Amino acid sequence: MDPRNLLEVRNLTMRFGGIVANNDVSFDVAQGSITALIGPNGAGKTTVFNCLTGFYRASEGTIHLAGDQGCAPLEVGGLLSKPLIGGSYLVARAGIARTFQNIRLFREMSVVENLLVAQHNHLDRNLLSGALGLRRYRQAERDGIERAFHWLRVMDLEEDANRLAGELPYGRQRRLEIARAMCTGPRLVCLDEPAAGLNPREKADLAERIQHLRNEHRVTVLLIEHDMSLVMGISEHIVVLDHGEVIAAGDPQEVKNSPAVITAYLGADDDEEGAA
Amino acid sequence: MSTHASPTFIRPLREAGVTFVLALIVFGPISGLVLDGYSIEPHLGRPLLIASIVAAGRLLFGVLEQTPFGQKLLARNARKASGGVTVARGDEYKLLYFVVPLVIAIGVTLPFVANKYWLGNLILALIYVLLGLGLNIVVGLAGLLDLGFVAFYAVGAYFLALGAQYLDIGFWTALVCAPMLAACFGAVLGFPVLRMHGDYLAIVTLGFGEIIRLVLNNWLDFTGGPNGASVPAPTIFGLEFSRIAKQGGTPFHEFFGLEYSSDYKLMFTYLVLLVVVLLMVRFLTKLRQMPMGRAWEALREDEIACRSLGINHVIVKLSAFMMGAMTGGLAGVFFATYQGFVNPTSFNFFESALILAIVVLGGLGSTLGVIIAALVLTLLPEVLREFADYRVLAFGALMVLMMIWRPRGLIRPKRPHFAPEV
Ligand SMILES: Nc1ncnc2c1ncn2[C@@H]1O[C@H](COP(=O)(O)OP(=O)(O)O)[C@@H](O)[C@H]1O
Ligand SMILES: [Mg+2]
Repeated sequence: MDPRNLLEVRNLTMRFGGIVANNDVSFDVAQGSITALIGPNGAGKTTVFNCLTGFYRASEGTIHLAGDQGCAPLEVGGLLSKPLIGGSYLVARAGIARTFQNIRLFREMSVVENLLVAQHNHLDRNLLSGALGLRRYRQAERDGIERAFHWLRVMDLEEDANRLAGELPYGRQRRLEIARAMCTGPRLVCLDEPAAGLNPREKADLAERIQHLRNEHRVTVLLIEHDMSLVMGISEHIVVLDHGEVIAAGDPQEVKNSPAVITAYLGADDDEEGAA
Repeated sequence: MSTHASPTFIRPLREAGVTFVLALIVFGPISGLVLDGYSIEPHLGRPLLIASIVAAGRLLFGVLEQTPFGQKLLARNARKASGGVTVARGDEYKLLYFVVPLVIAIGVTLPFVANKYWLGNLILALIYVLLGLGLNIVVGLAGLLDLGFVAFYAVGAYFLALGAQYLDIGFWTALVCAPMLAACFGAVLGFPVLRMHGDYLAIVTLGFGEIIRLVLNNWLDFTGGPNGASVPAPTIFGLEFSRIAKQGGTPFHEFFGLEYSSDYKLMFTYLVLLVVVLLMVRFLTKLRQMPMGRAWEALREDEIACRSLGINHVIVKLSAFMMGAMTGGLAGVFFATYQGFVNPTSFNFFESALILAIVVLGGLGSTLGVIIAALVLTLLPEVLREFADYRVLAFGALMVLMMIWRPRGLIRPKRPHFAPEV
């Protein structure tokens, strides 16, 4: 594995019965980069995310995540197939966090609670120390609350801290989902259409925040997005999928001028932004 | 729904007609034919009367629905139905400093003023509170539908009865060990089935509950089968609550030079039970703000999101299942002690359904709601003794009314308030 890469996807193929959602997909995500995954609707982008984050077991191919602090690289498929304890939650613990195309918040819990659940593995889960209110437990809980408020400030949600997640306006729910993903302390955060349904001002604001996450909080971002100006503006590397296959990859200029991309987008429909 | 100024009667009338026919079909065989000795007597008036009442209710509802007042009422209900969960402001706790000591004081004085009959009812009510709290963890917090909860209740009760018979254990040992054993049963059942969802889980747990009951019923040599098993009286510091010492100690009343009365045993059971319930309530209140409790609720809200956050959903579900089972086992010990005797008929499906009703009516996830529902559903039938025959009917009617009035239960839980450190 190239030490400059955080994630290496090789020959990923995902089949659902007869449907081939991803066919021989390979790409890299460099450490500390903002990488975008684009393509028309139904191209298989979300399926790639589901494979990366361990929700689907890839039919073929490998997904390697660089090891943390000099450890050996991890293979996502291997984490899933561990006997007895294997599962997608291990992928999250390895440092890949994600958001969902259709927001999945804990709607009937408060905003802070959403962020505390995300820190589950960093808190003191011992029932006894919690019931007795030991110092260790109280300290961990206080730290968790502090961390939650830290990310609320970063995503500009502090005044909503004590509201129900489900009653926030749509744009704020999207930001809360990103904050929640960040609370797990990830190395790679995968955002599935974070700007979908936002107005232009909110989109610009979101673009700024994503860059801020990468620059100030040292997290690598992998992003699915339909809004071309947003994608071209913030990403260093773009991978284009169509019909489950990678048709182009490179920096924004290269991708913009690639004939394959132009045909895929203009051939698919007349709208330059695809069917957003 | 029509928005005309004056309500139309045609549709409500038609609906009421259909309701009348349906009610006739439902109530006809139940109340129209009365078994008298060996013959069946027709009482056709009764189903007609009941069906007319139901149809009149439907007509009233249909007309009210069209008036502005009715629509306002419906809108308010709809708002309540969707969610109704709120976040605490963070200053509600002041009231608790007053209410909690008051409730405890009343709880402690009750056994000294209540007669034997009511003391027994209170014990049963508290047992159901405990059962409700246990099932509330599984169904209300973790969102796992468990229709066989009574199995763990039976495990607790039979552990004391059979343990006393074969291993010579007493009340206190059972109080510690039975919950653990019940939790083990929970784990054994839970591990293979918790990968299932919703309906499948409900069916498997339903089966498990029946299996336990059938085993208790049919394993004559070990459990005593339908004849049940007797349970020794509890002891305190070696003093027995029985007329003559059977376990080698001194009877409680002799030690203190009192007349023998079985009230002492009931009082003792009640007080220990009260302490256990209070501790349990305190623990559960804390638990809801602990990582494990939060993970349970998060799992109920969205399992996929939980997995994406690195939460091992199987372990979290298993812990909820075990914690619920443990509480059920604890309740079983008290039930066995109170009755002095256990047999399998106490652990049939109706019992599971009753506990589930307590949790649902109380408001899934709300500790206070579950306590109120348990007290109401167990004490009210005793108050209305004369109507005992109609208990199940009233129960059904209550369920229907609640589903209309408060589909999400009596009390919706409040989310805790958090503030950053300054
Ligand atoms: N669980 C699934 N079962 C069957 N087909 C699926 C499943 N998930 C995705 N697909 C199919 O894979 C294709 C790609 O879907 P998706 O990855 O959601 O596209 P995108 O996110 O790029 O819009 C679609 O044709 C979709 O029908
Ligand atoms: Mg998608």
